[in-house]
Amino acid sequence: MNAIVISAIWGVIMMFSGILSKRSAVIRYIALTGLALLVVCNVLELGGNRFFEFNVHNMLVFDSFGLLFNTIAFACTLLFVLLSGRDMEKVGVHVAEYYALIFFILVGVSVSSSFNTLLMLFLGIEIISIPLYILTGSDKRNLKSNEASLKYFLMGAFSTGLMLMGIALIYGAQGNFMIGYGAKTLSPLMSAGLLLLLFSMAFKVSAAPFHFWTPDVYDGAPTVFTSFMSTIVKAAAFIAFIRLFSGSFGNVQPQWQMIVAIITAATLLVGNITAVFQQSVKRMLAYSSIAQAGFMMFALVALNNKASEGLIFYTAAYCLATIGVFAILIRMKDYTFEGFNGLAKTHPVLAATNAVFLLSLAGIPATAGFMAKFYMLSAAINNGHVLWLVILGVVCAAISVYYYFRVIQAMYFKEGESQEIVTTPAFRGLLIGIAVIVIVLGIFPQWLIDNLYYFIPDL
Amino acid sequence: MIPVLLIVIPLLSGCISFFLKDGNSARAWALLSSIVTCIVSIAGLVYFTSNDQWNTNAEWIPSLGSRFAVGGDGLGKLLSLLTAVSFPIIFIATYKSSYIRANHFFGLMLLSQAGLMGVFLSVDALLFYFFWELALIPAYFLCSIWGGERRIPVTFKFFIYTFIASLLMLVGIIYLYSKTPDQSFALSSFYNVNLSNQEELWLFWLFFAAFAVKMPIFPFHTWQPDTYEQSPTATTMVLSGIMVKMGLFGVIRWLVPILPTASWAWGDGVSTLCIIGMIYASLIAIQQDDLKRLIAYSSIAHIGLMCLAIFATNTVSMQGVMIQMFNHGINIIGLWIVVELIERQFKTRKISELGGLAQKAPGLAILLVIISLANVALPLTNAFIGEFLMFSGIFSSTATKYNIVFTASAGITIILSAIYTLNMIQRVLYGNTNALTAEAKDIRMNEKMILVIIVVGIIVIGVYPKPVLEITQGTVESILSRMISKQP
Repeated sequence: MNAIVISAIWGVIMMFSGILSKRSAVIRYIALTGLALLVVCNVLELGGNRFFEFNVHNMLVFDSFGLLFNTIAFACTLLFVLLSGRDMEKVGVHVAEYYALIFFILVGVSVSSSFNTLLMLFLGIEIISIPLYILTGSDKRNLKSNEASLKYFLMGAFSTGLMLMGIALIYGAQGNFMIGYGAKTLSPLMSAGLLLLLFSMAFKVSAAPFHFWTPDVYDGAPTVFTSFMSTIVKAAAFIAFIRLFSGSFGNVQPQWQMIVAIITAATLLVGNITAVFQQSVKRMLAYSSIAQAGFMMFALVALNNKASEGLIFYTAAYCLATIGVFAILIRMKDYTFEGFNGLAKTHPVLAATNAVFLLSLAGIPATAGFMAKFYMLSAAINNGHVLWLVILGVVCAAISVYYYFRVIQAMYFKEGESQEIVTTPAFRGLLIGIAVIVIVLGIFPQWLIDNLYYFIPDL
Repeated sequence: MIPVLLIVIPLLSGCISFFLKDGNSARAWALLSSIVTCIVSIAGLVYFTSNDQWNTNAEWIPSLGSRFAVGGDGLGKLLSLLTAVSFPIIFIATYKSSYIRANHFFGLMLLSQAGLMGVFLSVDALLFYFFWELALIPAYFLCSIWGGERRIPVTFKFFIYTFIASLLMLVGIIYLYSKTPDQSFALSSFYNVNLSNQEELWLFWLFFAAFAVKMPIFPFHTWQPDTYEQSPTATTMVLSGIMVKMGLFGVIRWLVPILPTASWAWGDGVSTLCIIGMIYASLIAIQQDDLKRLIAYSSIAHIGLMCLAIFATNTVSMQGVMIQMFNHGINIIGLWIVVELIERQFKTRKISELGGLAQKAPGLAILLVIISLANVALPLTNAFIGEFLMFSGIFSSTATKYNIVFTASAGITIILSAIYTLNMIQRVLYGNTNALTAEAKDIRMNEKMILVIIVVGIIVIGVYPKPVLEITQGTVESILSRMISKQP
């Protein structure tokens, strides 16, 4: 509850901060304060300190799972603004609005991590989506940005329609909107609703074959916002996805497991194989985010305790690494692979941290990405029915090495012209800090889990 | 304590090396660190032999049931000794080579040493996998930054090959883990897993893929000659002297005892692959004009024989494998040192461009001849002991009906190896000098010292192999007893 209220209020504050001050630095500091406050309040709520009590009629449930996720999402947003705030200000003149929209998205994130009825799910997803349509089109003079925004809006509206239809059918089948009602059997009405919800959620997390919007939107949107969209927002959609499916349809999992497994397999294959052929690093990262979504889908296929814990861990690992890679990419003049040539010589810190992030995305041991993939694979193996998917998963992980390592090869093994990249010591220090966290999480994964559970009194 | 030291010393000093400014100090630092590691390893074998000193078991990831468990049985001790001894030799032998960004080079070398130590000493499957990859990443960077002209595609192929295979092994590890009664990654729990025959049969290939690529076994070997050729020589020594042993080690420690039924069932299949690979590699070696490629192919043949001997499954052959793993490491590093010396002096590795070196560089010639004869397994050299034990084990093996066929066809490769090795000696050392070799100088004192140490090692183990065999006696018996209990 803390998070929803504070982020909503702070969103409004941010909107008016543009009137109070013309200086973007001031606005940025207000936003950073708000984000820090969000993280702190959310951690306090994990420990049982609620500042706001409303009767929500059981429509929202703030359990540790959702709150854990919120903490990670807010902390990642904080890191994101610290790293890329200045670049956000270069996109256009309405700096205050961008921050306000980000705070509204965070309201949506907290709703979708704690909904207990389908209505709240719908609200949460929509609160996330609408500000995103605006952010995608925020580079108003750029045709690609406009195109991306329109495309995203049309496709998003279509999938929202599917979701509403699915919710209506489920309402018809079970007589109320609650999740956690636990369908014992799948009536035809229920199955139709399930399928529609599955498709619309698959659209939101850009799982194949509903992924076609992703590369264009990610490529067209201003790069800072691509970074935000492909990490925190995508993770939030995943949390909503798993909450919905384990809550509403957990009992009948055997009946839909195969279809989710097929979607997962398709996502892995499409994401990884297409990423291999990209010439632009930004587009490669768009496809890589599809591929990573495929791995996160493992949590849905497996649907056990290890999967939920693993999904939280995966979120943290994936967001940290991707935010880092994007923060460096934004500073580059040239988004092609050749643009990275010889970066290790001219900017050793950028190259080294970027290498750590890419290794983590590829899932090399001693980075957080390995542990995340490990959790997912072992969850799926524990489930026992989808061994073929596990094998496919590791083969795809091996394919992913190809395109991640292309960047590393360009940075370290190839000669390039020296390029002007403006970085401050604080920026470099923060990158090093994130890289260290990525490595520490990879060697002592317990550290994150323990620290988060530490705040929960009843565990 | 000893295993922890063996892992941590190179790990820390490797990290420190990255921050050293000066190339020469990084070089000296790496040499110092490797010598300390070597002393610790020898002290551990001679003085601190108790179980307490060789086993450490600390908490790591309790929620997954994985512990930081390291310990040395005979096999681990022997291979960690090989690793510890090889690195100082490599550093001294290549002391004169200059590298750009030398601090990074030596840092990565030490990190790969830490990874190798970890592989040989960990007794927890997840930890083993960690180190398995950790040894690979520095090697990849070493070859790609400091290698030859075609280094980028070649080492990338090497990386992709090994990475795919190790991911398959990871699936196998997680599967076994999910079947353990106490949800643990400990080696002892893996030994107690109850598996149906069906499960064992396919799990075998998940593990074997990873090990076969590393060794490499035909048809997974195609990365190897290119990578050896393109890597800087110091890295090639690590790859061929020690890293290939990871594959053999994996089979002995993680494959055969955990999946004994499958090992009996697939033994003949694997042996056939080994035989094909041995003969094929030997025939190609005869055709080679490049010294590095010749040695690379000869290495495939030798490793194939060791893998064949593992699946012969008796004490004699297994002991042969153990001692031969050590010998092969020493001998091949000796050969690489000679190649490095030749290349540095003449800027070529082509056999056809050399000749008559014996007249101008008698010291080099004598040492090269001895090391090459060890490569052919002449009596009195260390390789003779290993190969004799292996052949006798394979011949008397009851694990297969085809023991005589296997022995005979493996025997052919000994003849073939004599052909390519002696041919190489003849064309490099004897005959007339040409324009290139007329001005040849003999090797310097420090190089002579290192080669003499290797030659002495070759002859001492060749005459008196008992101490080495004693180290591994216990391990061999315990592994075989697990195997024999599942004999069909």
